[in-house]
Amino acid sequence: MAELRLDNVIKEFGEVRVIHGVDLKVQDGEFVVVVGPSGCGKSTLLRMVAGLEEVSGGEIHIDERMVNRVEPKDRDIAIVFQNYALYPHMSVRQNMAYGLKIRKFPKQEIEQRVNDAADLLQLGEYLDRRPNQLSGGQRQRVAMGRAIVREPSIFLFDEPLSNLDAKLRVQMRVEIRQLQRRLGTTSLYVTHDQVEAMTMADRLVVMNAGVAEQIGTPLEIYERPASIFVAGFIGSPSMNFVEGRIAADRQSVVIGQDFSIPLPQVTDAIQADQPVTVGLRPEDLHLTQESPDEASLPLTVDLVEVLGADTLLHGQVPHLDTLIIARLSGVPQVKNGEVVHLAFRPRRLHLFDRDSGKSLYYGQNAA
Amino acid sequence: MVENNRWVKFSSHLILLLGIAAVVFPIYIMVIATTHTGPALQRPPFPLLPGDQFFENMKLVLGEGLSTAGAPPVALMMFNSMVMALGITIGKIAISLLSAYAIVYFRFPFRMFFFWLIFITLMLPVEVRILPTYGVASSLNLLNSYVGLTLPLIASATATFLFRQFFLTIPDELLEAARMDGASPMRFFWDVVLPLSRTNIAALFVILFIYGWNQYLWPLLVTTDERYYTIVMGIQRMLNVSDTVPVWNAIMTTAMLGMIPPVIVVLLMQRLFVKGLVETEK
Repeated sequence: MAELRLDNVIKEFGEVRVIHGVDLKVQDGEFVVVVGPSGCGKSTLLRMVAGLEEVSGGEIHIDERMVNRVEPKDRDIAIVFQNYALYPHMSVRQNMAYGLKIRKFPKQEIEQRVNDAADLLQLGEYLDRRPNQLSGGQRQRVAMGRAIVREPSIFLFDEPLSNLDAKLRVQMRVEIRQLQRRLGTTSLYVTHDQVEAMTMADRLVVMNAGVAEQIGTPLEIYERPASIFVAGFIGSPSMNFVEGRIAADRQSVVIGQDFSIPLPQVTDAIQADQPVTVGLRPEDLHLTQESPDEASLPLTVDLVEVLGADTLLHGQVPHLDTLIIARLSGVPQVKNGEVVHLAFRPRRLHLFDRDSGKSLYYGQNAA
Repeated sequence: MVENNRWVKFSSHLILLLGIAAVVFPIYIMVIATTHTGPALQRPPFPLLPGDQFFENMKLVLGEGLSTAGAPPVALMMFNSMVMALGITIGKIAISLLSAYAIVYFRFPFRMFFFWLIFITLMLPVEVRILPTYGVASSLNLLNSYVGLTLPLIASATATFLFRQFFLTIPDELLEAARMDGASPMRFFWDVVLPLSRTNIAALFVILFIYGWNQYLWPLLVTTDERYYTIVMGIQRMLNVSDTVPVWNAIMTTAMLGMIPPVIVVLLMQRLFVKGLVETEK
């Protein structure tokens, strides 16, 4: 068991800097997920921890040891690759035993550990098969098994579920998490799938363009995204963004022509007449009757998507040139082309600086 | 669109049969010739049915050889050819596996330069560079030796290139997984790359063995001592006799014996050979 610490880690490929100084501390036994769009540097970060990429700047520590220049095999780390990287000519048993064999473990112990891992992963009856005789989920388990038998102090996962079909992905997601809890091994998990990230992580690192935009628990990141990027990336369908402006009295924000939303609380972060981007989660919108008492947005519905438990309304609001999506529970009777009125609780409002994209305000501050 | 017409069927089979006959007939003649005496073959018409001289002919060529034609017994020539063919094949495969591995998996100065250098030699087959190669072999005292027969033919751009292309298809993650497992570069080569190249090696083995076995010009130049004659040049020497008639029964028997080893290699390796040429096992 170990603690992993990244201090201002930088990666450059030639002239191009792809990771701009990431700080991260993974506690002993913690499961941290790094999530971000493709090309954000999350895999590169993981590969640097594994030792498969050189670190251009900063330091990586495992417990108290600085491992920047330590060979991958000496870092006491195991990695599960996206395409599993099983040795195609070896049986499942040989695949799992290979690392131990090279490390010159006694035969009996190898046997013991492989059998234990196989039991844990329900691979017992497949031990003598070749990888190409296994299904995707089984291969995934073998890749896990290969990591487990080494009993490393840190597990690394590089998008391990992205080659599986949707149903299996959900199942393996749960299995991986349960396994990690049982073994208590510190883990760093990279994915581009925000559902995976939200459901599995103890803590989440949202990366964008080589920068860790926000680090926090899944709920923190969902409720208090630190930037437009994080707000848009986490949550499905993603947050609606509309341009707005703070009123002169700093008591409300105006969107569109004259639609005013009162702010529950005034903070010093916002200034009068400041241009802002207003963020509204689709699930925070609900249908309402038009009334003078309550602020509501008229939505011309373009498309109704019925998901069963939920319904998504896509449409336009007059004077706002962005598409708005609302997620309503149940199946409301709404037709294409109809105009409905949407209301929301001001406490669920997010405000972002229009230039920097940084979060200025979330309604829940007021709580 | 394939027409299922009787005439199409008939004519396509006819063409196939003619093609087979064109290939098989000379071999049939050769086999027949091994069972007759020399004079019987000289006299027209040429016999088309087997005779009874097979064992006599065998005894003649295997044991005694044709001293009149300056050819040693076939057994010795077979052995020489075998040494040369196996030497070239195994040497070529070993060298090209290692050089391809170096070029694909290691970063060293002038890596691409060396790759292109090897690649360029594709344009220079043995026949083109035969005189300088002979010069080098002779100044290294390699004439009339097994080393001289094999070594100059071992460097192989084709095989290096083939293995390079194959290694490039091995996913990088395998190397990375092996590194995490703690395998050293040679360990990775031995435990992963080599087993994965199995079918490619088999395919190359067949091709190179036949290439080595059929070498003619180079052994002709590099050997003057009968003890190092190979079977391909032996056959030619038997034909080139002055002032007397070629001993056809012995020549044909030798030719037939000379055909056997490549046939055996192909038969033994054909399953792997086809697999290696057709698919890459992943």
